[in-house]
Amino acid sequence: MEAPSRSVHPPNDFPGYRSTALRAPKQPLRVLPGRLGELTAPLLAGETIGLLDHDLTRQHDGDPLGERISISGRVLDDDGNPVAGALIELWQANAAGRYAHLSDQHPAPLDPNFSGAGRCLTDVEGGYRFVTVKPGAYPWRNHPNAWRPAHVHFSVFTPAIAQRLVTQMYFPGDPLFDQDPIFNSVPDADSRRRLVARWSLELTEPEWSLGYAWDIVVAGRDATPLDDDPSE
Amino acid sequence: MTLPLTPSQTVGPFFRIGLSTTIGSHVIGEGMPGAIRISGQVLDGAGEPVPDALIETWQPEGAGRCATDEEGHFAIVTSKPQDGAANGAPHLDVSVFARGLLTRLVTRMFFPDESAANDADPVLRTLSPTERATLVAVREEGGLRFDIHLQGAGETVFFDR
Repeated sequence: MEAPSRSVHPPNDFPGYRSTALRAPKQPLRVLPGRLGELTAPLLAGETIGLLDHDLTRQHDGDPLGERISISGRVLDDDGNPVAGALIELWQANAAGRYAHLSDQHPAPLDPNFSGAGRCLTDVEGGYRFVTVKPGAYPWRNHPNAWRPAHVHFSVFTPAIAQRLVTQMYFPGDPLFDQDPIFNSVPDADSRRRLVARWSLELTEPEWSLGYAWDIVVAGRDATPLDDDPSE
Repeated sequence: MTLPLTPSQTVGPFFRIGLSTTIGSHVIGEGMPGAIRISGQVLDGAGEPVPDALIETWQPEGAGRCATDEEGHFAIVTSKPQDGAANGAPHLDVSVFARGLLTRLVTRMFFPDESAANDADPVLRTLSPTERATLVAVREEGGLRFDIHLQGAGETVFFDR
């Protein structure tokens, strides 16, 4: 058997999350001889990000319903270097817990003023900022009376394949954490805490919006596929 | 290493609303010199198509991305990487995301017309013939076919990230 993993990432074989049953590979992952981090691809040639793509509250004629919030922070590598020019894509349910997606059958109202998707590029300091509304919790069919804690999906895309990350950001103090297998698939408590944003008074705009701070740490560009295990 | 990494979470079933168009399924234009259409199907352990997977290809020339359709099919138009022999036989690095996958899966797609380079490739050489067959695309009308079996008979070989 493998030694206890030092990985912060969830295992794919995690029976508490029912959809893994037929989708998680059964064979062990193989080790690549080279360094995955060396592979880079040019990013987004000719791609333009709209000036308001980061503001999910201004994509329609009217204001979306819900608690207006900002989410901001930095994308860093594990040496603490800012990751500039990373594409961050975000998607989420509306304030009632419903996604603007045809397959979402939750009988909560759609909001004609909320599509629930945004994107931006990080600045030279790795910084990003989104304005949105706080997503609602919603039920799913994983187990009886299962509910997802409120969360925002984040995708981070940089030119280095080893840095690629798709994850979810949660809100502090959510009472639904304990029963959520997706949140709890992350093996250790410290790592799970890093998925939870911090409410920030400084980022909160008086008479306007609540501010949440959330930094994202991706692997270094020269990360080895096998953490840094000297015994190979 | 100084800062602990942010853990991965599943893309879930609704990623299309957030990951639709920014990076597309054409790394180069269809009909450009060297353009190859790579299509395939993502299948689960019961052999059923996976209609909510996202496939990304990486190579020095660029990245491609395609969500699977109702039948689990995806298609990406790209070219054969021209990065020389240092990296082994020409290949695409392929990431697979899906509902039910808590982290992305990483695999490689090799080209069927590169048998000599494939025979010498440091990754393919470590695999059994059955395993190796899961990583080499097959010719089909109009391009190449690269099916991805997440689990079960013919499970695709996946790599540690």
